[in-house]
Amino acid sequence: MSKVSTVAAAVEQIPDGAVLMIGGFMGAGTPPLLIDELVRQGKKNLTVIANDTARPGVGIGKLIDAGLVKKVIASHIGTNPQTQKLMIAGELEVDLVPQGTLAERVRAGGSGLGGVLTPTGVGTTAADGKTTVELNGVTYLIEEAIKADVALIAARSADYSGNLRYSLTSRNFNPLMALAAELVIAEPDEIVPIGCIEPDSVVTPHVLVDLIVVKGAEA
Amino acid sequence: MNDKEIIARRVALELKRGDLVNLGIGLPTMVASYLPSDAGISFQSENGIIGMSSLPDPALAGVNLTDAGGSPIGALPGACAFDSAMSFALIRGGHLDVTVLGGLQVDEQGQLANWMVPGKMVPGMGGAMDLASGAKRVIAAMTHTAKGAPKIIKKCTLPLTSVRRVDLVVTELAVIQPTDEGLVLLEIAPGVTVDQVIAASEAKLLMPKVPGVMGIAA
Repeated sequence: MSKVSTVAAAVEQIPDGAVLMIGGFMGAGTPPLLIDELVRQGKKNLTVIANDTARPGVGIGKLIDAGLVKKVIASHIGTNPQTQKLMIAGELEVDLVPQGTLAERVRAGGSGLGGVLTPTGVGTTAADGKTTVELNGVTYLIEEAIKADVALIAARSADYSGNLRYSLTSRNFNPLMALAAELVIAEPDEIVPIGCIEPDSVVTPHVLVDLIVVKGAEA
Repeated sequence: MNDKEIIARRVALELKRGDLVNLGIGLPTMVASYLPSDAGISFQSENGIIGMSSLPDPALAGVNLTDAGGSPIGALPGACAFDSAMSFALIRGGHLDVTVLGGLQVDEQGQLANWMVPGKMVPGMGGAMDLASGAKRVIAAMTHTAKGAPKIIKKCTLPLTSVRRVDLVVTELAVIQPTDEGLVLLEIAPGVTVDQVIAASEAKLLMPKVPGVMGIAA
């Protein structure tokens, strides 16, 4: 069965209140058409798991601007004054997580692990409410795995089967998030015939990808 | 030469051929400007690249090659790109030789606070906590005072970035090494007196040897 979808039909599968993982780092590697379509369809009460909320008008910042997000789990919101404003006003819940810990929690969520042990954050406010364990003389925090309902992935190329490869620093959280959600929607810059991405260059195996959205396709 | 330039030029002397280095946003980023192009140092950006360079021409800016602040960058021959799990495996796993981080406060235990001011600035820690606890060597690069108030203090009052002791503190006035005994004043900037450094610091500064004069990269 073809995984190819219009952007609109793919986003229609996302319910209000969904937990979304969205790839990207300050907008680089965030799927632009899927973000715009979430805004157009006005999906509400979203929980967004992502590295950051970029800037107003950029990437995930557009979802914040449109008031579609009720909770953010991210490592950094400093570049988006709107996120900070809504957080301080109590209109947006923000859970700040060290960046390396966020990456590993997502990876663990998609890898069948309950969580990870990390020394990052021990003795800081990032450890509040968390359990510590000592192994071989080192203190670690137990950081729980996280999963999502839907992952929105930006890739450089997809083949018809959904194999993905990425471009430079736009890779960031995308391959990790493609493991950790029930529904994985990929927005590639190009879609190429099977075989055009050599097996060694595939970063995300096709079995993880449910939908490949096509630019410019009619709904 | 302004304060930040003095700091960046002194930090540049700490980096050695073959080092893998991560520079924090802001002042630390300036350090790269004071290294010769053949210095043999690799720079990592935590958004997923080793071998970043400045953009050779603004017209070449691309959306898929950016630094941790989201600005377009270039890449050197031999550069490599990777995902965020790999990026932080490099940082935490003992593969990153040096990180240079900005600082709001450093205390007598050598602990660093650099990521939030409760009630005023809550940007999130980004990669700072992983860098401060994971890099083999942590250098805090910061102005000695903020609006006249000391930043080298007895005990951090702002939330810590890590409980791990930083390895070196470089300011426009001094180079300070946190040790088991406390903060050792290693060097003072040209034209600055020991008394001036002490007056600008709240923390006790130890001087087991007469402090040397701070070197500054060309």
